[in-house]
Amino acid sequence: MKYVDEFRDGELAQHLIARIAAEVQADRAYRFMEFCGGHTHALSRYGLLDRLPPQVQMIHGPGCPVCVLPIGRVDLAIRLALEREVILCSYGDCLRVPASHQMSLLKAKAQGANVQMVYSPLDALTIAQQHPHREVVFLAIGFETTTPPTASMILQAKALGLENFSVLCNHVLTLPAMQAILTQMGDVPLHGLVGPAHVSTVIGSAPYQQLATDFAMPIVIAGFEPLDLLQAILMLVRQVNTGRADVENEFTRAVTAHGNAKAQRLVAEVFVIRPSFEWRGLGTLPASGLCLRGEWTDFDAEQRFPELVYTAVPDQKGCECAAVLRGTTRPSECKLFGTVCTPDNPIGACMVSSEGACAAHYTYRRFAQ
Amino acid sequence: MCLAIPALVIELLPDDMARIDLDGVRKVISLSLVEGAKVGDYVIVHVGYALQLLDPDEAAQTLALFAQLGAQS
Ligand code: SF4
Repeated sequence: MKYVDEFRDGELAQHLIARIAAEVQADRAYRFMEFCGGHTHALSRYGLLDRLPPQVQMIHGPGCPVCVLPIGRVDLAIRLALEREVILCSYGDCLRVPASHQMSLLKAKAQGANVQMVYSPLDALTIAQQHPHREVVFLAIGFETTTPPTASMILQAKALGLENFSVLCNHVLTLPAMQAILTQMGDVPLHGLVGPAHVSTVIGSAPYQQLATDFAMPIVIAGFEPLDLLQAILMLVRQVNTGRADVENEFTRAVTAHGNAKAQRLVAEVFVIRPSFEWRGLGTLPASGLCLRGEWTDFDAEQRFPELVYTAVPDQKGCECAAVLRGTTRPSECKLFGTVCTPDNPIGACMVSSEGACAAHYTYRRFAQ
Repeated sequence: MCLAIPALVIELLPDDMARIDLDGVRKVISLSLVEGAKVGDYVIVHVGYALQLLDPDEAAQTLALFAQLGAQS
């Protein structure tokens, strides 16, 4: 497969691993966080974590869109489906996220709610066209990667004159989350960040500069393939060794300095920054999420169903998702990991999506430790 | 939901849509977020939308860099 196989070449991976081992300094620690859940998944899947020299430690970050969605937001979607009897369209990953009262969207569906799994926002649009007499709500989640598709789809819904369609918007921003991580880090310092692949195709590499400067933090944007990740780790090692804190871009085949201008324009047309938004694990962060602009309130489920008031709900007892998302606890350190909490019976959101740190550990690394 | 591999654009369709080939699997996706995609381009697809075009020259350069590292070690 073009642009995939070449970036998974085993022999080159060996060379890269050897280079990393040759360049790390014996008495130094290299604690790097991969922000993005896609990177967490790839590091586990290709067994890279076990091949790195002991000085290099990878910390999982909060960049899994399903994982950072707090329980209270899932509750809103469940209420819409059960009480308002809307057709609730959701990405598959959200369906099994545990919500309040031992509910999930999947269990709501079993109780008769009309919950539809969609692969793309366009599918939700089609469902709204097919059911003109039903309210159809799309549960929109994700970082800067899923926001432009939602924006484009809302513009299309307007062009089609759809009146039965709205979006429950939970879109969040990468940079405020990174900033929160770096601010809340505590006593265990990070020495570098692996910047997200797809988010950066949209926002570009330039927006990370401020963060790199403010926190004296090396940042390397990486693609999703194993060679990309190894190369990015090598670049971070070199920055640490030479005392630099620059933004570097390993994923130049898809990421430019300023990203995708058209996608950014559509997002700005439809969305505006919320004063604050609650994240699982990171707490309530100012200017970290998006909602629909005033002109688009017709398409905003939170305006359309004004009785929908967000209530914060604590995580399940014993679930360490919050600390896992902040990178201060490893999945296997959670008492429920692999016993009470498994992908078949997830207690926390980090065990649901394949990009969640707990699910990635369970699937690929359970026996490694 | 963020795992994705580059897809080859094989046919442009009306309304900014395109048919793509993902390792033999054909799908219809939207090109509404990118500018100037044409048949033969590789695009990064996410939830049914192309997010960005892949730059073949940059890809070749990255691979050349890996090869060079390999020669060093
Ligand atoms: S193992 Fe389960 S309960 Fe523990 S932190 Fe992970 S998702 Fe939460």
